[in-house]
Amino acid sequence: MRGSHVIAEAATLAGCRFYAGYPITPQNELPEYMSGRFAKLEDATFIQAESELAAINILMGASMTGARVMTSSSSPGISLKQEGISYMAGMELPAVIVNIMRGGPGLGNIAPSQQDYFQATRGGGHGGYRTIVLAPYSGQELVTLTMKAFDLADTYRMPVVLLGDGLIGQMMEPVTFPEPVDPATLPKKEWTLSGAKGRDSRLIASLLLDPVKMEQHNWKLARKYETISQRETAYEPYLLDDATLAVVAFGTAARIAKGAVNRARKEGIKAGLFRPITLWPFPETELKTLAGKVKHILVFEMNLGQMLEDVRLSVGTEAAIHFHGRPGGIISTPQEIADVIIKLAYRHELD
Amino acid sequence: MKRGFIRINRDLCKGCGLCITACPKQSIKMSESLNIKGYHPAEYTEDEKSEDRTCTGCALCAIMCPDVAIEVFRG
Amino acid sequence: MVKQVFKKPESLKENIYHYCPGCGHSIIHRLIAEVIDEFGIREKTIGVPPAGCAVLAYNYLDVDMGEAPHGRAVAVATGIKRARPDFVVFTYQGDGDIAAIGTAETIHAANRGERLTVIFVNNGVYGMTGGQMAPTTLLGQITTTTPGGRVGLRDGYPLDLSQMLAVAAGSVYVERTSVTSPKNVIKTKKAIKKAFQVQMDDLGFSLVEILSPCPTNWKLSSVDSCKRINEEVVKNYPLKVIKDTTQTNG
Repeated sequence: MRGSHVIAEAATLAGCRFYAGYPITPQNELPEYMSGRFAKLEDATFIQAESELAAINILMGASMTGARVMTSSSSPGISLKQEGISYMAGMELPAVIVNIMRGGPGLGNIAPSQQDYFQATRGGGHGGYRTIVLAPYSGQELVTLTMKAFDLADTYRMPVVLLGDGLIGQMMEPVTFPEPVDPATLPKKEWTLSGAKGRDSRLIASLLLDPVKMEQHNWKLARKYETISQRETAYEPYLLDDATLAVVAFGTAARIAKGAVNRARKEGIKAGLFRPITLWPFPETELKTLAGKVKHILVFEMNLGQMLEDVRLSVGTEAAIHFHGRPGGIISTPQEIADVIIKLAYRHELD
Repeated sequence: MKRGFIRINRDLCKGCGLCITACPKQSIKMSESLNIKGYHPAEYTEDEKSEDRTCTGCALCAIMCPDVAIEVFRG
Repeated sequence: MVKQVFKKPESLKENIYHYCPGCGHSIIHRLIAEVIDEFGIREKTIGVPPAGCAVLAYNYLDVDMGEAPHGRAVAVATGIKRARPDFVVFTYQGDGDIAAIGTAETIHAANRGERLTVIFVNNGVYGMTGGQMAPTTLLGQITTTTPGGRVGLRDGYPLDLSQMLAVAAGSVYVERTSVTSPKNVIKTKKAIKKAFQVQMDDLGFSLVEILSPCPTNWKLSSVDSCKRINEEVVKNYPLKVIKDTTQTNG
């Protein structure tokens, strides 16, 4: 099944019953699929809005009523949604936001890239909020991470970003889907706009004119983010037990890196892969312990070094950090990365 | 002639004067003294008990009042 | 026997308004509360306030409210209404919020016939931020960003969003009223009531544009502000039913 379709189907199975989106290559297949899929459901709403900006704000309203909501777009569209995402983070509104990244900046192109890492993990909007960022790299992970995104969003009451790219969105792979979640069985949300019946009227807002309240709210968000960092960090180790050099890569870059690691192994080089699955919270401690062991880390990204900074923050001086990046949508081959590994291994006499 | 009267909440009033122009009987005027917020509040000039009140309880003053400071009674 | 014929509507909270003396927002809030009381829908009404003077509408209207980013109230309301069609959903927006930054959201919601009611308060300036030019500022009108008076071919002409919305097929009822006199206040209430009725009858998009005084930023007394609307503003924004395709003559 095609990546974008997998995300749409997984979202529906996760109990998502509200989608607002807008056409933009390379993610058009997602709203297209969703429009047909939701048409078959009684309680589902599909809206093609007049802009990505309107779409995120429509989503905001639906999320206020407690519905599981999703929007999807690609890089330029995600930029239009940043204000809305900041508001939703401030109002602690759950939502799943899918970014099928493409080459940038500006109109860029429609080839896959990872140039929105900073925007996703540092928050592209104002106000120092965070969003959980999940980086799938296979068809099956599109199923598991999409559904997990809805659970995380509801559990922590915040927007969750699913960071794919043009390749992951178009890639066809066999997948298996779990049993659907009936939205009615989801835990009841006590904070929604449900009509002031038998209780005081309720406001969901991010406006806090009193600086004391504003600060307290930010401390509350900070505690939430700290909890998430401790509980929800996820990564995949690959051939790291005896590795002398570890590649750090996520998403499509990690698929390529896995191929490169296998090729380097054939050349007798003990290379391994450390693949962050949550880009925020970034697996700092796990990477730091690994760095103490392998002494050499090669960061490979489809940009000019963004996750590189998180790696530097995590690793510090525990290991030598090398970088190989291709921006703008050119997709490296496994051999290209294998050559980089082999060159590093000879230069640093790694076995 | 039906009689009515009004009660103006002195401290809710912000002295905007809209009720004064709205009252067909001109029986509301700006008070000389200040209210708690420092405005000259509107004041009902008639005694709600006296028989020769001109107020009919038409409530035009209350309809115009932005701050819901006027209650209107008839009878 | 003494009977009270006018009192604060139930759906209006006890809080004292932060609005300036003579501000139209205060009157309009009361009218909305009266309409909600009369329909008995307080417990299933959701309001979406703007960013602007009325962002604090939640302190006064005793209904559930969800705040929207500046200009996006109609989009947020769309999400709420579509997710919960059983709710009565209204937005409350100033002219800057709806006719400048929120134009696209409003036109497209009207075009989709979203069953929403929009209360559009037209007072010709950006109030909360200190009286800057709004899309509805009249030609020649002095504001803090048109010190020499608004010039059409430089600052744009006074925009008539209500006319534009009347063209959108999904809009069913669009009326412009004012709150400058008891008669107009009563007509405004009737319009608001009808707009809510249109929504509850699931007919389509409804909007009431209300010409409202802003004494502080117009630098006029409350009474003179109302006079200014009656004599000048209505020339550009005549009070009338701009569109009404309902059969119900509510």
